[in-house]
Amino acid sequence: MITVQDLHKSFGDNEVLKGIHCEVEEKEVVCVIGPSGSGKSTFLRCLNLLEDITSGDVIVDGYNLKDKATDINMIRTEVGMVFQQFNLFPHKTVIENVMLAPRKVRKISADEARKRGEALLEKVGLAEKANQYPSQLSGGQQQRVAIARALAMEPKLMLFDEPTSALDPELVGEVLEVMKQLAKEGMTMVVVTHEMGFAREVADRVFFMDEGIIMEENTPEMIFTNPASERTKNFLNKVL
Amino acid sequence: MFDFGQVIDFLPQLRTGLYYTLLISVVGLLAGFVLGAIFGLGRISKNKFFFVIASIYVEVVRGTPVLVQAIWIFFALPIITQYNMDSITAGIVVIAINSGAYIAEIVRGAVDSIDKGQMEAGRSLGLNKHQTMRYIIWPQAFKRMIPPLGNQFIISIKDTSLLSVILVPELMFQGRYIASNHFNAVEIYTTVALFYLVINFSLSLLLRYIERRLNY
Ligand SMILES: Nc1ncnc2c1ncn2[C@@H]1O[C@H](COP(=O)(O)OP(=O)(O)OP(=O)(O)O)[C@@H](O)[C@H]1O
Ligand SMILES: [Mg+2]
Repeated sequence: MITVQDLHKSFGDNEVLKGIHCEVEEKEVVCVIGPSGSGKSTFLRCLNLLEDITSGDVIVDGYNLKDKATDINMIRTEVGMVFQQFNLFPHKTVIENVMLAPRKVRKISADEARKRGEALLEKVGLAEKANQYPSQLSGGQQQRVAIARALAMEPKLMLFDEPTSALDPELVGEVLEVMKQLAKEGMTMVVVTHEMGFAREVADRVFFMDEGIIMEENTPEMIFTNPASERTKNFLNKVL
Repeated sequence: MFDFGQVIDFLPQLRTGLYYTLLISVVGLLAGFVLGAIFGLGRISKNKFFFVIASIYVEVVRGTPVLVQAIWIFFALPIITQYNMDSITAGIVVIAINSGAYIAEIVRGAVDSIDKGQMEAGRSLGLNKHQTMRYIIWPQAFKRMIPPLGNQFIISIKDTSLLSVILVPELMFQGRYIASNHFNAVEIYTTVALFYLVINFSLSLLLRYIERRLNY
């Protein structure tokens, strides 16, 4: 599903990604952990070209993102993204948030989009909030709407950038629950997270990022119980 | 001592003045809004050429008085272009160009103030840049533009009174004409002032209503 080869990314003189190599298989759930500033968000954002790539290759669903012939808007319809700050559209109701992209990008009818939207809201447990505005919802509910909104495009791959970091602790669970469900249904997911419990339980593999590279990758059991590198050990000691 | 009853006799002239004041305000501000939207987007454009043109426009207009702009457009521009404009057209052009520059700054500020996560969310769903602007950024920016836009509308409506110097037969022009012929400055200028007050106050109320309607 994703192949990354020698990905470099610089902001001006500041090289943030220093040669990332990785593969993510279809239906795989990968959690990305690592200290603040190590480039986790930047890496994730390169996967749907929210950041342009300085050098290296990123191949998503068979398309090389660097290729001029690749239609980036088309790729993005296949790659859902969930942000730390939700980024719901505040001027649209919950159902309108979910319906917008399918209508305008996929050009499906309003009825069809609404039907699909309602089913997705049901799935994230928010059917009754369809006609409210995002500002009327709790953070956890907003994030679940954001997940439904991304799913409405029927993506093949979902990217999550610290989806629970902006939430009050008591709201984290409901969002992780939805993500677990998605994983169970076979969605391919790359999740940047500080929720080690989630990584341990749901991830097929964990990437530990530090200083702009993937320092270590392994199954959660191995990473959490028997980390190979000293830096992974130190990091886990701090967060666990 | 003051005879406000006589104002009734001059109502037809004042009504003509009011008509031109409203005509020039409405058409001038509509055109100004279009100019403002275009040059406002120029001010946030990555295209250097567009940005520089928009910036020059804004700075020139902001850096010169409306009165000078009006006189220049009506008396100087025709000499350069060899094309005579009637005073009403000139008046509309003045209001459009002048308000356009301020509205450009309002548009720029409002669009800039929208969190960049909104653009990213739109783009990550596969909407292109144009669609994201149209469905996501612009509606939110528009709401934030209403209060400063309302201010600018009121300023521009008041600025139309300066157009009497280029012989636009608007409200102030009529007032001056009547008062100088009938020596009733107090009655006529008070009435003229009231006309402006009523227009602008109604506009204020309307804008407040629109703003409330757009609350989410
Ligand atoms: N748009 C940008 N312009 C300049 N520098 C940036 C930009 N985005 C990120 N950076 C820099 O890149 C580095 C890595 O940032 P990134 O957000 O990818 O880290 P992260 O691992 O996600 O951290 P966190 O856990 O705090 O979210 C940081 O030093 C940051 O300052
Ligand atoms: Mg981050």
